[in-house]
Amino acid sequence: MLNPDAHLSNKIFDEDIPQKPTRDGFGEGLVEAGGKNQNVVVLCADVTESTRVADFAKKFPDRFFECGVAEQNMATIAAGLGVSGKIPFISSYATFSPGRNWEQIRTTIAYNDSNVKIAGHHAGISTGGDGATHQATEDIAMMRALPNIKVIVPCDAIEAEKATLAAAHIWGPIYLRFGREKSPVFTTEKTPFVPGKAEIFWVPRAGRGQAKKPQVLIVGCGHLLYQALLAARDLEKEKIGTVVLNSHTVKPLDREKIVSLAKKTGAVVTVEEHQVSGGLGGAVAEALAEHYPVPIEFVGLKNTFGESGLPAQLLEKYGMGVSHIKVAVKKVLRRK
Amino acid sequence: MEEIHEKKIKFLEETANRLRQDVIKMVSAAGSGHIAGPLGMAEIFTAFYFHILNHKPKQPDWPQRDRLVLSNGHTCPALYAALARSGYFPVEELKTLRELGSRLQGHPHRARLPGIETTSGPLGCGLSQAIGMALAARLDRNGSTGSPRGKYRVYCLMSDAEHQEGNTWEAAMFAGKNKLNNLTAVIDRNNIQIDGFTENVMPLESLRAKYESFNWHVLEINGHDFYQIISAVAEAQAIYEKPTAIIAHTIPGKGVSFMERNYLWHSKPFRPGEREAALKELRTFGGKIKSEHE
Repeated sequence: MLNPDAHLSNKIFDEDIPQKPTRDGFGEGLVEAGGKNQNVVVLCADVTESTRVADFAKKFPDRFFECGVAEQNMATIAAGLGVSGKIPFISSYATFSPGRNWEQIRTTIAYNDSNVKIAGHHAGISTGGDGATHQATEDIAMMRALPNIKVIVPCDAIEAEKATLAAAHIWGPIYLRFGREKSPVFTTEKTPFVPGKAEIFWVPRAGRGQAKKPQVLIVGCGHLLYQALLAARDLEKEKIGTVVLNSHTVKPLDREKIVSLAKKTGAVVTVEEHQVSGGLGGAVAEALAEHYPVPIEFVGLKNTFGESGLPAQLLEKYGMGVSHIKVAVKKVLRRK
Repeated sequence: MEEIHEKKIKFLEETANRLRQDVIKMVSAAGSGHIAGPLGMAEIFTAFYFHILNHKPKQPDWPQRDRLVLSNGHTCPALYAALARSGYFPVEELKTLRELGSRLQGHPHRARLPGIETTSGPLGCGLSQAIGMALAARLDRNGSTGSPRGKYRVYCLMSDAEHQEGNTWEAAMFAGKNKLNNLTAVIDRNNIQIDGFTENVMPLESLRAKYESFNWHVLEINGHDFYQIISAVAEAQAIYEKPTAIIAHTIPGKGVSFMERNYLWHSKPFRPGEREAALKELRTFGGKIKSEHE
């Protein structure tokens, strides 16, 4: 059942659940952050409309810098702003930023400790028709490997807005990941969001004859968390009790929560719209291997690039649909 | 910036010579490091740290300070020497270059040492960072009339070869478009890089025409002539519509006869006797005076 402490939307399983892209939440959060703190500035690499920084640019034209198609320059200019008292957000598609400008982010932002927030858009294969060149599927791994960068992957538009505001507030380099397609808005304003703290969204139903002890921990980040909840609901009907954990902060990972739930369940499935190597799955595997090794199954892109298609088709074809999550849960149960 | 006169120029020349000696001593003590570039840039560093920059060595975080970004970070031995000699940290610390735990990293790291405006080493990023600082200054200036906020200038020292990096031209485009008149680049045009002479490895000429086409004001000077360095910077301060690029022609390895114009001295360990020979040449101004060490 849904964890009541998570205050998730009461329309969560409705057919007509409101849908909104996480990039919209970013755009709104940015305007609010800009209004609260005049040191917030924004840079973009020719994609102002699609990365939703246009509203900020209109409202605060002096604090918006168009860089054209030049992601390396965008990152390094931001690095200079970030050591000069400003709070720069850089915004582009995650395949290019981070990606093309990875080394600049490493040297001038992470190692240099400049207060820059990197917004990577069109993340995951649900970017759709543009195809693999524009579908960021290795960005979490790239950012996670760098010291001194936090990595946050919001699960819906509301969380995206909270994450953006938090990023403006927290000192230091932060990577934020957003999707292109509209996705279900299933959290609410009341849903807790604290960077670094994973939140339980689903617990096994307690009741007569039903097992209270969860059998599998499903750890997810980003909009696939909604698919994970749908899978958890189906599995509950088959008497398989799971915990679904929203691990929005991939770095620093909430190791304590994950290890304690691994101890309770004895089996883990990770879910992300990313390669299975190096992303959330990798982070969870590292934490468990060190503290409490249990069988893990990884749901994500299995070492392949995506392709053009409709988002829903792509998720199904590449193994990140609700059915695939259920299969992974059953597989990991057999391995216990 | 104050006016330049004979006595000051003499002092600057002596200081540049001292910086060159510091570089030789530092790099030979470290056992690795870059030589030709720092030697060639000694006058440029001296001019900035002892005349041009509006700064307070004892207050390295002074918000109104001019910023100097060293984009070609490998020439940091000269930067460290200039910082130490102008009072940012003790001169004795220079010999710790590249040692484990030293504040003097092989390529400058902002967190380690006062006076370093940004971490550098990977080429092509300094100009962009300088742009970020210039933009911050402009924002602060526009937001506060009458106060000294945001009136500082930003200087970026660059090598010629790093212009082979695309990031440099992205930066040049941006600065030209935004008319960043508080930004001045000084390019060490010494014609060498690791694999040989720049015009053989990947030709840069015409560097002047390139910058002009990106809407920069361009000056060319002898990078060893203090009067020319300081006058060029003064001119840049007076240009309102464009950022300025000062192409400073220098001799790599300047000051040591067997190093001058030799790209192999970009970065090369000293053979026995070479350190002493170099220092002797510098101390005696190429044999012109007697040194008390003789």
